[in-house]
Amino acid sequence: MNQNKNAVIDQRVKEDYKYGFVTDIESDTLAPGISEKTIHFISEKKKEPSWLLAWRLKAYRKWLKMKEPDWQNVKYAKIDYQDISYFSAPKKNELKSLDELDPELLSTYNKLGIPLDEQKMMNGIAVDAVFDSVSVATTFREELKSHGVIFCSFSEAAVDYPEIVKKYLGSVIPHTDNYFACLNSAVFTDGSFVFIPKGVKCPMELSTYFRINEAKTGQFERTLIIAEEGSSVSYLEGCTAPMRDENQLHAAVVELVALDNATIKYSTVQNWYPGNPETGEGGIYNFVTKRGLCSGKNSRISWTQVETGSAVTWKYPSCILKGDNSVGEFYSVALTNNRQQADTGTKMIHIGKNTKSTIISKGISAGKGQQTYRGEVKIMKSADNARNFSQCDSILIGDRCGAHTFPYIDVRNQSATMEHEASTSKIGEDQLFYCNQRGINTEDAVSMIVNGFCKEVFNELPMEFAMEATKLMEVSLEGSVG
Amino acid sequence: MLEIKNLHVEVEGKQILNGIDLDVKSGEMHAIMGLNGSGKSTLSNAITGRENYNVTKGDIVYKNDSIIEMEPDQRALAGIFMSFQYPTVIPGVNNTYFLRAAVNAKRKYNGQKEYDAASFLKLVKSKLKEVDMDSKYLKRAVNEGFSGGEKKRNEMLQLLCLEPELAIMDETDSGLDIDALKIISRGINNYKDKNRSFLVITHYQRLLKYIEPDVVHVLIDGKIIKSGGKELALELEEKGYGWLEQ
Repeated sequence: MNQNKNAVIDQRVKEDYKYGFVTDIESDTLAPGISEKTIHFISEKKKEPSWLLAWRLKAYRKWLKMKEPDWQNVKYAKIDYQDISYFSAPKKNELKSLDELDPELLSTYNKLGIPLDEQKMMNGIAVDAVFDSVSVATTFREELKSHGVIFCSFSEAAVDYPEIVKKYLGSVIPHTDNYFACLNSAVFTDGSFVFIPKGVKCPMELSTYFRINEAKTGQFERTLIIAEEGSSVSYLEGCTAPMRDENQLHAAVVELVALDNATIKYSTVQNWYPGNPETGEGGIYNFVTKRGLCSGKNSRISWTQVETGSAVTWKYPSCILKGDNSVGEFYSVALTNNRQQADTGTKMIHIGKNTKSTIISKGISAGKGQQTYRGEVKIMKSADNARNFSQCDSILIGDRCGAHTFPYIDVRNQSATMEHEASTSKIGEDQLFYCNQRGINTEDAVSMIVNGFCKEVFNELPMEFAMEATKLMEVSLEGSVG
Repeated sequence: MLEIKNLHVEVEGKQILNGIDLDVKSGEMHAIMGLNGSGKSTLSNAITGRENYNVTKGDIVYKNDSIIEMEPDQRALAGIFMSFQYPTVIPGVNNTYFLRAAVNAKRKYNGQKEYDAASFLKLVKSKLKEVDMDSKYLKRAVNEGFSGGEKKRNEMLQLLCLEPELAIMDETDSGLDIDALKIISRGINNYKDKNRSFLVITHYQRLLKYIEPDVVHVLIDGKIIKSGGKELALELEEKGYGWLEQ
């Protein structure tokens, strides 16, 4: 595996943000603004059942009364929610098969390295392609169906599997959870839906690729993954957006539910447009709520994230360890270069007995990047013999960036075992000189050292994404050493 | 090969080298001997271009060109190699990967085809024998969990793969047991030829039992105060440095 990863590093491409192009495609885009009418429009467009419309409206009314949070350690210009379009979809999205997909879209996803046409589909990876507000294609559906696995867009699921959606939607992240989750509950447009029935090991990687294309559009995706008793699934998401001078909001909600003995592995490689490296203009606000519920005994949820993009990132993929012996894991690499800011981390809530959680967080700050790790580990009274291991390492490149760590620990059961390790270091002059003395230039040396620093996390990623992550780090670190 | 002329070097405002002259010809091996704090390591760091080692006067000429304005990686690519006294650990970076990156950087610089993973592994394995190293070290991170002796062998392995024309051995013998010392010496002796030069920096005479320097220099207070043949090293062993210091 390492050999292959290394091979990719060799073929690395040194370039600027390469996903910044705009697809020229005719879209139905709703005029900016949010009101109950907007929500009616979205719900109708998706032919949703009436209960879902009611659920959205309830969330909207709650949202109107909420205040945008300001406790996070990031600064950004005020968002004008009336200046965002809440729905945009390429015209003609009623497809009978993938062959009917607009060639512009096909070529867009090809350029992103995600082939959707039948001949070139990636082996062993089923892809749901979400373009602005809609899912435009989902590959390998039939094959998955033969195993009983449902993998489709959220909109389809709401129509085709209303009982499951109704049962689980908002069960992990209620619409009242926080400002952005509440907004999402009101106006979410599309996302992926995954259902793995009892005892099934999903035969391939499932993946969603999110693309924002339209200007002035927000993306509010909603993903729901349910793994029934004894099942397992590995799911990964990737995201990119064009370079634009304005900020765009991406406020997603991801809910995971693992029943008895089920395993969900959720990986993210986030590469939203980070904004102009010099001026900091533009870029995506990535305000995301992700939470997994280990509801059954012996269940396991593992979050792996590589966050290299976005102007501002604000997210805490979390686990609620309710089932006895359940396991939660969080592996994270976050990189902030130039003027990027990130406030990210996790929450591990231990409720069941013998629950175990592991947190490995690697933060890299370069340029004027500012980064905060914020993590909470909570051991409830009922959680006998709970264990947590946390390790938060930060590395600084240059002297204009910053790294901050806020660990919160709340233990209400004396039998808990907690371990916390943290380190902050500058990239070592001795390491750089050692590489230089072997003929390796400083830029290559930095990416080598940083990739080594991130290895524990990259090893958790599925193969293809590990390669992409390695490449991404190099591109994102470009120009971080003077 | 290497000509050092009246070299003055300052580190963090402190004058360490006070006018060094040295002329190492192709195929020659020179030993620099001196006590701690005499400026031995400063000399090797100045030649390899480490940050904060500022040349305030004089010049370092390598293959007829002054190199004092060159970046350290450029000096390395031009054929200057230093075996570190304290090789650094690079966590998470595979030892073979690191070495291949270094060798390929050099091959690219020389307009040669770069090695792919498989052909490189073959090359490394053939060199491993020369330094008596187990292949398990190839799978580890660079110098991570290596003992002192293993680190020095790893340095020697890098030398053999990179094929430098000027190799600076900075206190290579410190922290080595007698077996490792013999292995490293054997490596140096096998590697040396008419186009390759060595600058061996050492505190003790013990390494010089196994290798034959053409010239021995004694460094005291940032100056070479005496140069001579191999017998000078023996004399130092016998009498210590004291007799030279007046």
